[in-house]
Amino acid sequence: MQDDRQPILSVRNLKTSFFTDEGIVRAVDGASFDVHLGQTLGIVGESGCGKSVTALSILGIVPRPGRIVEGDILLRREPEDGQAHEIALTSLGDSSSEMRSIRGAEIALVFQEPMTSLSPVHTIGNQIIGAARLHRKLSKQEASELAVELLSLVGIPRAEAAIDSYPFQLSGGLRQRALIALALSCDPRLLIADEPTTALDVTTQAQILDLLRSLQEQNGMAIMLITHDMGVIAEMADQVVVMYLGRVVEEGPVDTVFGESKHPYTQSLLRSIPSIHSTPKVQLPTITGTIPHPYNRPAGCPFHPRCPDVIPGVCDKHEPELQSVGDEHLVSCFLYHPVPETSP
Amino acid sequence: MTEEHPIADSEERIFVAGQMQLMWWRFRKHRVAVVATLVVVAFYLVVLGADFLAYTNPNTTEAYRSLMPPQPIRFFDNGRFSPHVYAVTGERDMRTFKRVYVSHPDQKRPVRFFVRGYKYKFLGFIRTDRHLIGVEGATAAESIFLLGTDEKGRDVWSRIMVATRTSLTIGLVAVALSLVLGVLLGGISGFYGGPMDSAIQRLIEILRSIPTIPLWMGMAAAFPRDWSVEQIYFAITIVIALRGWTGLAREVRGRFLSLREEDFVTAADLAGCSRKRIIFRHMIPSFQSHIIAAATLSVPAMILAETALSYLGLGLRPPAISWGVMLQQVQNVEAVALSPWLLVSAVPVIVVTLAFNFMGDGLRDAADPYGV
Amino acid sequence: MLAYAARRLVLAIFTLWTVTVLSFIIIQLPPGDFVDAYMAQLSATQSNVSEQHFESLRRQYALDRPMYVQYLKWMSGIFSGDFGTSMMWRKSVLDVIGDRLAMTMVLSLGAIILTWAVALPIGIYSAVRQYSIGDYVFTFIGFIGLGVPSFLLALVLMYFGFTLFDSDIGGLFSPEYQLEPWSWGKVKDLLYHLPLPAIIIGLSGTAELIRVMRANLLDELRKPYVITARAAGMSERTLVLKYPVRVALNPFASTVGYLLPYILSGSVIVSVVLGLPTLGPLLLGSLVAQDMFLAGTIVMMLGALTVIGTFLSDLLLMWIDPRIRFEMVQ
Ligand SMILES: Nc1ncnc2c1ncn2[C@@H]1O[C@H](COP(=O)(O)OP(=O)(O)OP(=O)(O)O)[C@@H](O)[C@H]1O
Ligand code: SF4
Ligand SMILES: [Mg+2]
Repeated sequence: MQDDRQPILSVRNLKTSFFTDEGIVRAVDGASFDVHLGQTLGIVGESGCGKSVTALSILGIVPRPGRIVEGDILLRREPEDGQAHEIALTSLGDSSSEMRSIRGAEIALVFQEPMTSLSPVHTIGNQIIGAARLHRKLSKQEASELAVELLSLVGIPRAEAAIDSYPFQLSGGLRQRALIALALSCDPRLLIADEPTTALDVTTQAQILDLLRSLQEQNGMAIMLITHDMGVIAEMADQVVVMYLGRVVEEGPVDTVFGESKHPYTQSLLRSIPSIHSTPKVQLPTITGTIPHPYNRPAGCPFHPRCPDVIPGVCDKHEPELQSVGDEHLVSCFLYHPVPETSP
Repeated sequence: MTEEHPIADSEERIFVAGQMQLMWWRFRKHRVAVVATLVVVAFYLVVLGADFLAYTNPNTTEAYRSLMPPQPIRFFDNGRFSPHVYAVTGERDMRTFKRVYVSHPDQKRPVRFFVRGYKYKFLGFIRTDRHLIGVEGATAAESIFLLGTDEKGRDVWSRIMVATRTSLTIGLVAVALSLVLGVLLGGISGFYGGPMDSAIQRLIEILRSIPTIPLWMGMAAAFPRDWSVEQIYFAITIVIALRGWTGLAREVRGRFLSLREEDFVTAADLAGCSRKRIIFRHMIPSFQSHIIAAATLSVPAMILAETALSYLGLGLRPPAISWGVMLQQVQNVEAVALSPWLLVSAVPVIVVTLAFNFMGDGLRDAADPYGV
Repeated sequence: MLAYAARRLVLAIFTLWTVTVLSFIIIQLPPGDFVDAYMAQLSATQSNVSEQHFESLRRQYALDRPMYVQYLKWMSGIFSGDFGTSMMWRKSVLDVIGDRLAMTMVLSLGAIILTWAVALPIGIYSAVRQYSIGDYVFTFIGFIGLGVPSFLLALVLMYFGFTLFDSDIGGLFSPEYQLEPWSWGKVKDLLYHLPLPAIIIGLSGTAELIRVMRANLLDELRKPYVITARAAGMSERTLVLKYPVRVALNPFASTVGYLLPYILSGSVIVSVVLGLPTLGPLLLGSLVAQDMFLAGTIVMMLGALTVIGTFLSDLLLMWIDPRIRFEMVQ
């Protein structure tokens, strides 16, 4: 959108695989995208398409037996003396102190499940104070005041009392707010929110999304919002990345992707959201077939077994690449660009 | 919708494969568990052929050959394969009053296969007097003593063979009894829930919080002196099972509780299946693999219970022969130090316990690959 | 919180009562009553004992009354400190037991402390370094620990102690202290002798606890809150110790409930093998001699020890687990 500004985070051709006894799971298989300050990047895709693994890869905390096998992750810091400062996160060791000083401080994560994302036997305050004091020189007293401040910022009532409560004493919505407070404790410039609302009811869901938006307006951070809900994307995102089986299949500004979606997968995702315009009592279209087993992904275009527009002899033999189809709009599909000539 | 993925086919096959088949596939991958299973099978083969593998009557006592050390088999004679042992004669040392044994390398006793020895019934019904090995036409004095003899001059090897039969079957009978009690009470507890469940749970908690060995000792001590070997044998299995069922009941109850929530049980319930039918047609088959694993894991505890009781002199009593009865002869340091070969009856106890543990662990993993 | 404590207390008292009933049943199991056995024993040694003496004994123990009266009689005796008479020793049961109860407690406590001290770090190591060489080695040793029954281990160690070091590893005291009254030197002597039997008794429990800790911690390490802490930039070591280990400690602490009966059981039989001055050998001796008041009292004491120990561990658990403190779990 804003070409004059450099992205704060660039992911290029990221590949992360799990080397399990049963075989190699290519959870992320060549993903590329940019995140800009003050904007929200939405990442969307069906369950298991590698969204969470992408987030973990950025933070360098992919659990064993997984690891990043290829690609670059570049973090840009504020221009100092007119010079932007770039760090290749992939070149830092996962447990290096430099990487740890970035985690939580510059890039923070709000993880998928509010129910279990906080330790059950420590108070909320204890956990926020612990996180804050990792990166900031604060006395216990100051950290505790900060915790109260953060908890009221994210809208938890009676924050002074709430810091002494245990996660199981809070409702799901409040727990998710506490988790956001924890993520904000060191003023990150990028907040990765991995399905922050999936486990919540619709009203709470809307409240949490509102909270994220207003926080972004206040401190201008970048948000990477992971979800499988096209509705949430429409409401929140500036840019959209559609993932399928670890690959980016379509990418662009939210209006373009929603208005002129090109990839058959995106189109079917869009068709499956209920809208106020759709006729009542008519079954929503679903995407046919199921997601292939991660151990043996199909050859050629990963979507071809389920694609309604599949071109036989092409889509099952060659792999499409992410290419431009217009202003900032990228699609990976043979319907929009030529088939490579080296046909077998 | 109509596309067929190769993957879908193989998933289909896995689905059709059924509980036991799946369990076997996963079990095969645990190499240690498979080896352990072979060891267990070997032990039960000994149970079947105990008398065949023995070569001297395990109850024949001969004072003049008491506490004879093991006789090594020598396989070659002048470079020719001809297994034999040296003849041994014993004398009482008049100063220490202990028997000392001298072997005579010039008197070779050839070891033969399938020789005639004492009479027994193979598998309980085939009368024979053939034994795997032995010394042809041996009188008692000329026999061999691979693992030496005990205080009363009985052959340790032959006794271990027969003891294996007793100790291993006691384990199985006790597990079978525990299993019946455990599945019944655990099933009632898990299926009906409510006050019934609470009552059974409290009972289990209480039984488990009492130290077992003193309790077993107290009960075993009350067996009348004049009971026959068989009566004591069954009394012991009952005493052991009275505590042993609690673990299995917990397992069964846990399975029932988690299964009650499962869709297929709800579906069967909605479809109007009777409770009994739900339990026996749907629920038990779906966790029989877990029960097999849990039962396997509880066998060693049962075997050890009998061994411990008999060792203390409160379990089986001579003329019954079990590992524990044999170990009774090594109650103190002196006995162990003077005739360390009497400790060999500890070896099968340890090997079998380990083998059952490894096998049970493999089964448990195979039954529940995602569990602990 | 109070409700939880009260519930545990009620269960403990109920279990204690069951223990007394079971002990009483054990006393009653052998054919004939106590006086019959006493009579048989006396007439074997002494020739003229008066019938009246037996009659008064019968009345004293209410042997002519129904079973539940005898039980009540026995229980009320216990409450006033009279546990009955040992006919083998011709002394009151309490005098025979002497400090053997204390010795049993010291030995069991030693075994428990050793068990925890060893199992906790190894369990943590094995979980954090899952599938490392160290993990395999510990898992294997753990299996051996589970597989080798403690009394056989005691026998084997005794054999090696005797043949290799020419020393008797049995007993809890050196011969010169055995009959001495308590003194500082005797305590030191006890502490010197304690570790070996404690290790033997604790070995299989240790192996089991390593498995429990490893499995719990592996479970916890997969939980999202670990990812949260990791994403906050916490170093792996601090993180593991602060969160998952802390959480896994709760089920670990609750294992006292089954560790205690296990260890007391083990102490009985290992004490017999090693000849330790605890309740074990006394129990065996009294059962062989059918000295039932002594035997019943010992079984009851061992049961009571576990019940009280388990109750204390429940309180401990309540103290360390906020979920129980706030009544969130059952
Ligand atoms: N620890 C792991 N070991 C092996 N495979 C893993 C592991 N974690 C993730 N995967 C695999 O990586 C793939 C992507 O997983 P990921 O969690 O990123 O999906 P997701 O898009 O976040 O899905 P969801 O919407 O369900 O959260 C999945 O196929 C999964 O099987
Ligand atoms: S490349 Fe072919 S199969 Fe893949 S999405 Fe495009 S049309 Fe469908
Ligand atoms: Mg995810």
